[in-house]
Amino acid sequence: KAGRGVITASVELKPPPYALDALEPLMSRQTFEFHWGKHHRAYVDNLNKQIAGTELDSKTLEEIILVTYNKGDFLPPFNNAAQAWNHQFFWESLKPGGGGQPSGELLESINKDFGSFEAFVKEFKTAAATQFGSGWAWLVLNPRPSEDGKKLSVLKSPNAINPLVLDYYPLLTLDVWEHAYYLDFQNRRPDYISTFLEKLVSWEAVSARLDAAKVKAA
Amino acid sequence: STRSFQCRRSRKRDLKKGVIKASVELKPPPYALDALEPVMSRETFEYHWGKHHRAYVDNLNKQIAGTELDTKTLEEIILLTYNKGDFLPPFNNAAQAWNHEFFWESLKPGGGGQPSGELSRLIDRDFGSFEAFINKFKTAAATQFGCGWAWLVYKANRLDVGNAVNPRPSQDDKKLLVVKSPNAINPLIWDYSPLLTIDVWEHAYYLDYENRRADYISTFVEKLVCWEAVSARLDAAKAKAAEREAREEEARNGESDEQSGSEKNMQLYFD
Repeated sequence: KAGRGVITASVELKPPPYALDALEPLMSRQTFEFHWGKHHRAYVDNLNKQIAGTELDSKTLEEIILVTYNKGDFLPPFNNAAQAWNHQFFWESLKPGGGGQPSGELLESINKDFGSFEAFVKEFKTAAATQFGSGWAWLVLNPRPSEDGKKLSVLKSPNAINPLVLDYYPLLTLDVWEHAYYLDFQNRRPDYISTFLEKLVSWEAVSARLDAAKVKAA
Repeated sequence: STRSFQCRRSRKRDLKKGVIKASVELKPPPYALDALEPVMSRETFEYHWGKHHRAYVDNLNKQIAGTELDTKTLEEIILLTYNKGDFLPPFNNAAQAWNHEFFWESLKPGGGGQPSGELSRLIDRDFGSFEAFINKFKTAAATQFGCGWAWLVYKANRLDVGNAVNPRPSQDDKKLLVVKSPNAINPLIWDYSPLLTIDVWEHAYYLDYENRRADYISTFVEKLVCWEAVSARLDAAKAKAAEREAREEEARNGESDEQSGSEKNMQLYFD
């Protein structure tokens, strides 16, 4: 703000990288109008109110998440900050005409760490289906060497928690809060999960994230 | 029994093995599925009761079949499988089965308004006023992040230490509280008596209210809550607390009788 010579930042609500009706009929325009237009917008607006005029105001969204996670004893902005991040990451994990299979290095890594693409899909579907209550399922890169040499893992997390707080690099996520699928699938979470994998996931985004993560981890 | 909430159990005798097996039943709500239109639609009931609640019951029955849990009441199953927070697998299904039946019975067509009688007196005593209680309840329901429930409960003021007992229990130190809980957890595990609940999982309100949880909560309070059920549960909770205290008093007297018995014998000699 020019008046005081202080730079304050606020988190922005970016639109998804496609029109709100671009994923019809699998993820309807109506869902986007609520999920992005109300839920995601509320997380961003409420976070901005919470951080205005505080030292968090000058930090990046990822920094805010890590600071307010506070070893699990969340400071008030955590839920809003993490949910703002999670939702943007989720929109960017989808694309019209998505699905199919990954390729190149990503596919190689998946085959290496899960045995096969099918085995990965099974593990991801199980994580997404068994996250009781609200939460997210993830594919992540673990930058620290593990005993079995595995770098990629599937995780699930409750409510707003995301793998950044575990020091992992998120590569892909699926929102399994009921608001993500209730208008289009009602209680049929397994159908929503299958549809996500078969027709919505943007493997290009996942590959790009893997490249970026490997650079950072090196 | 003084409890107004009954978990109906059907006992199927497995004739070949001569074993009695029990299973948890999916009771319908005490009103037609469209009776709460338009504030809670028939469509919502078809999913919420017909799919979600039914799945908890069906999955629980699969989990407990042939195990020792098979012979226990639903409340016993919940308390056992809570396992001090390290839930055994049936916990989520058992607690959700209980929670949903308790929820349907907390609603009625033409509900809302105000409580009366003893319930009203205790609300005023413990919250200051009905309005103050409603504010607390609405806040709990609105701020339960993610999935969960908000509750009005009756706390019998049992001390937390195992062998300590409230030496002069009176009605005044038992109180009403508002609490909220995540996911499947319910106040039975804290040894409270639940009196009223609202389901704030998104599936409870999304078809009728989308993201507008606050509107759903207000509508629940103004038009759906069945105060008669809450009053009946309060009566049952007080009776249960009194019965428990009487049993504990007896047990204490039994112990002290043993101790003073030898003194009495000595006195006889001195006579």
